[in-house]
Amino acid sequence: MTSWQNNRVARDARIAAGAALARGKVVEARDATRLLEAVLRSGDRVCLEGDNQKQADLLSRALLAVDRSKVNDLHMVQSGVVLPEHLDLFDRGVAKKLDYAYSGPQSARIARMLFGGKIELGAVHTYLELFARYFIDLTPHVALIAAASADREGNLYTGPNTEDTPTVVEATAFKDGVVIAQVNEIVDQVPRVDIPADRVHFIVKSDKPFFVEPLFTRDPAAITEGQILTAMLAIKGVYAPYGVQRLNHGIGFSTAAIELLLPTYGERLGLKGRIATHFALNPHPALIPAIESGWVRQIHSFGSEVGMDDYIRARSDVYFTGPDGSLRSNRAFCQTAGLYACDMFIGSTLQIDLQGNSSTVTASRIAGFGGAPNMGADARGRRHPSEPWLKAGAEADPDGSALMRRGRKLVVQIGETFGDKNVPLFVEKLDAIELAEKLKLDLAPVMIYGDDVTHIVTEEGVANLLLCRTALEREQAIRGVAGYTDVGRRRDHAMVARLRECGVICRPEDLGINPLDADRSLLAARSIRDLVRWSGGLYAPPSKFRNW
Amino acid sequence: MEDLSFQHQVRARADGTRQSALVGVVASGNLEVLVERVLPDAQCSVVVRTAAVGFGDVWTAVVDDFVERFSPGGLKFSINDGGARPDTVSLRLAQAVRLIAENGQ
Amino acid sequence: MIATKDIAPAERARSTSFNEASARTRLELLLDAGSLVEFIGPEQREISPHLKIFDLPEQFDDGIVIGHGRLDGAPVFVAAQEGRFMGGAFGEVHGAKLTGLLRAAREIGTIPVLILFDTGGVRLQEANAGELAIAEIMRAVMEARNAGVKIIGLIGGRSGCYGGGGLIAGCCSALAVSEPGRIAVSGPEVIETNRGVEEFDSRDRALVWRTMGGKHRRLLGAADVFADDTVQDFREAALELIGSIGAFDLDRLKAEQVRLADRLRRFGACEDAIDIWTAEGIAHAEAVPELPADQFIALANRIGRASRDAR
Repeated sequence: MTSWQNNRVARDARIAAGAALARGKVVEARDATRLLEAVLRSGDRVCLEGDNQKQADLLSRALLAVDRSKVNDLHMVQSGVVLPEHLDLFDRGVAKKLDYAYSGPQSARIARMLFGGKIELGAVHTYLELFARYFIDLTPHVALIAAASADREGNLYTGPNTEDTPTVVEATAFKDGVVIAQVNEIVDQVPRVDIPADRVHFIVKSDKPFFVEPLFTRDPAAITEGQILTAMLAIKGVYAPYGVQRLNHGIGFSTAAIELLLPTYGERLGLKGRIATHFALNPHPALIPAIESGWVRQIHSFGSEVGMDDYIRARSDVYFTGPDGSLRSNRAFCQTAGLYACDMFIGSTLQIDLQGNSSTVTASRIAGFGGAPNMGADARGRRHPSEPWLKAGAEADPDGSALMRRGRKLVVQIGETFGDKNVPLFVEKLDAIELAEKLKLDLAPVMIYGDDVTHIVTEEGVANLLLCRTALEREQAIRGVAGYTDVGRRRDHAMVARLRECGVICRPEDLGINPLDADRSLLAARSIRDLVRWSGGLYAPPSKFRNW
Repeated sequence: MEDLSFQHQVRARADGTRQSALVGVVASGNLEVLVERVLPDAQCSVVVRTAAVGFGDVWTAVVDDFVERFSPGGLKFSINDGGARPDTVSLRLAQAVRLIAENGQ
Repeated sequence: MIATKDIAPAERARSTSFNEASARTRLELLLDAGSLVEFIGPEQREISPHLKIFDLPEQFDDGIVIGHGRLDGAPVFVAAQEGRFMGGAFGEVHGAKLTGLLRAAREIGTIPVLILFDTGGVRLQEANAGELAIAEIMRAVMEARNAGVKIIGLIGGRSGCYGGGGLIAGCCSALAVSEPGRIAVSGPEVIETNRGVEEFDSRDRALVWRTMGGKHRRLLGAADVFADDTVQDFREAALELIGSIGAFDLDRLKAEQVRLADRLRRFGACEDAIDIWTAEGIAHAEAVPELPADQFIALANRIGRASRDAR
């Protein structure tokens, strides 16, 4: 007789084994490792919650400490490989296989471990793609998540940093998996229910709050004149002509410069209300002056940002907040919003090749993608029109039928021609390709494919790739804004001059911008202290950004 | 450190009456440019001491473009460079020309 | 037209952050417009004789601008360190320029000196020469003060005023400081290295600033005036101090000794600056770092000590 509920039976057995260590659902922090030994089975798919912001750090330490003879060869499926413990799991043999999306601070070590064969790599994903696979072929057996507080029944309040939690829980709890949450505190009543108790099986109270990285804070004091010039070019050369209102900004100083120029330079150009009104964006502190100046109508966020909680609470007209008043973020929904409801993505990268492919993978670092590939891709399923989308589509295919022509999302790569330590942004061949060859991967880890990129903005100018008709034009348009890099110096000067005449390349002077005007006095805030002032004292930056 | 020196014949004399000007600071990724009105009107020289060794080709390209664009006749540019990027170098050179073009001592 | 009444274009000075500006910009905007005349300017190329040996880049002014100019029409000597060049550190030439300026001031006897400190201390690559320079400068400061010269330190740069700079600042007639300004001898990293992270966590920037920063220095009386972080505010602070500094004599030094002994007695057991502020009777002492400049100045004027009756 065929049994059709084996998974449920197995899940119940796991919960029963764990319940021996729990009072109700609550397990003491010192018993966390024993709980995991009771609940986990070798070879399980485990989602250890952690992305580029919040981390289930207590549970990751507890997992690292399990008896290897009881638990081994786990298949980790997780957004972020961020904490050292995430990789220690593989060094110890607790885990064997990895599917992930982002590995910022561990990018060098993860590369070494991949080369050393310590990790069996499934794939590097974009967030939304990994989330999708949680529901198809990478469904976790056990999810280890982080929340701000829980009540005794197990209702969870995830606070401003809700992020991935609802998605991870949905995939795990409704497919016979076990959900274990670490919480900062256990309370009589949670401020709001982000995760209902019936989806949560165990709660571990952490002795200190889960770690959150202030990843989206850029100190205006570090913004250079070159970045300001590049930002001016982006505003006047891309935002203005397309009238981009709905957008996502990547992390970086160039986009922070744009945010800080909106209330000054943007205002002078008369663009208020015409651009940058609706965002899929984390609560970037650099956007505070634009918000305070009335530029921004609405922001939906992937996660929160350290120090922004009180500001967000006081600006609920702009942010999404719960009945308790605090931010409700949701990475899966915000990624979807960025994919389908935004007309532009603008962000930086580490390498761009002659076709416009870009990657943050270098020979010794595998940083993963995070959300960029998904923000920075044309959504083929999009059907609603908008002015920027239609205009970009028309530029790409001027002879097509207007009623049948697809629009195009504006995918803008912004950066200076030389990055840190004078490393060139433009290369003939991406390091990602070399890496894929060495690791024998089926696919090179390309962050944004060249055919999705519509514009490249550097301090030398704006290249509009939508207007290029041949591969050669495209290559020369890229070389034409590549400055004094080897790629830039090997340009065909005559062809670049022609591309400039027909508007494919715009220099600062073509846009009426004098590079000597790119001055720090243009920034609406020149320090973190200025941002605090703009916020009326509501923004409370973490200590590492203070100089007072 | 590497020493580089460039001499150019130029079309026209630089504007202004100031005798010298200084822009920038020597720091990592930054540079100072001291510009002095000490050469015959048709000449320009750029003398560089840089912490980034082996970028002579890039300097040549940057200085060529700068001279072509601004025709800074009569000016001598002395640069102490802490490893600035080429775009920063271009910007400082342009700032130096603007500053010495002001009237003053 | 009266050139000497030609004051600094206040609007630019008001919108320029002292902290962010270069040494030259600070002086240009601090002084009456166009009045700065530099001694041993960059075109004279008096560079460090030591840095070449270490294969390090030089700066034509060796990181310090010295000269004279006018403040509300009256003559002043000025020196400004460039905190971004080698952290504003003292080397042989750098130090000698300041010593020479102070000796000139001593000879003339009536022209005040403004020193815009922005320094991490002595340059490691020329440590002996730098340490000697510190000693020479301290001596020159005291000799000039003894000759009747008012010497005012202005502190609000990114490198703070550390090491020998902190010692020299302690010798000045009066100091003005802004919120980002820091004054100390040993820097945060030095303390952490020598005494451990439990004693002082140099990465805890809130701790660094409430221990060494401008607000604490003002409340303790180590600095006499608190300036907002604009060049114009420092200009006004300098003018205020020039007008208020009293005579320098043995009684004054004795008073300073009493002031410091009293401070040690009252606050020597405090673990943290917040304890000191609380002991001073400040309600909500933990909120002091967040106070905007105007509110802080009101508080400091009410509660903060001043050393102008001592030093």
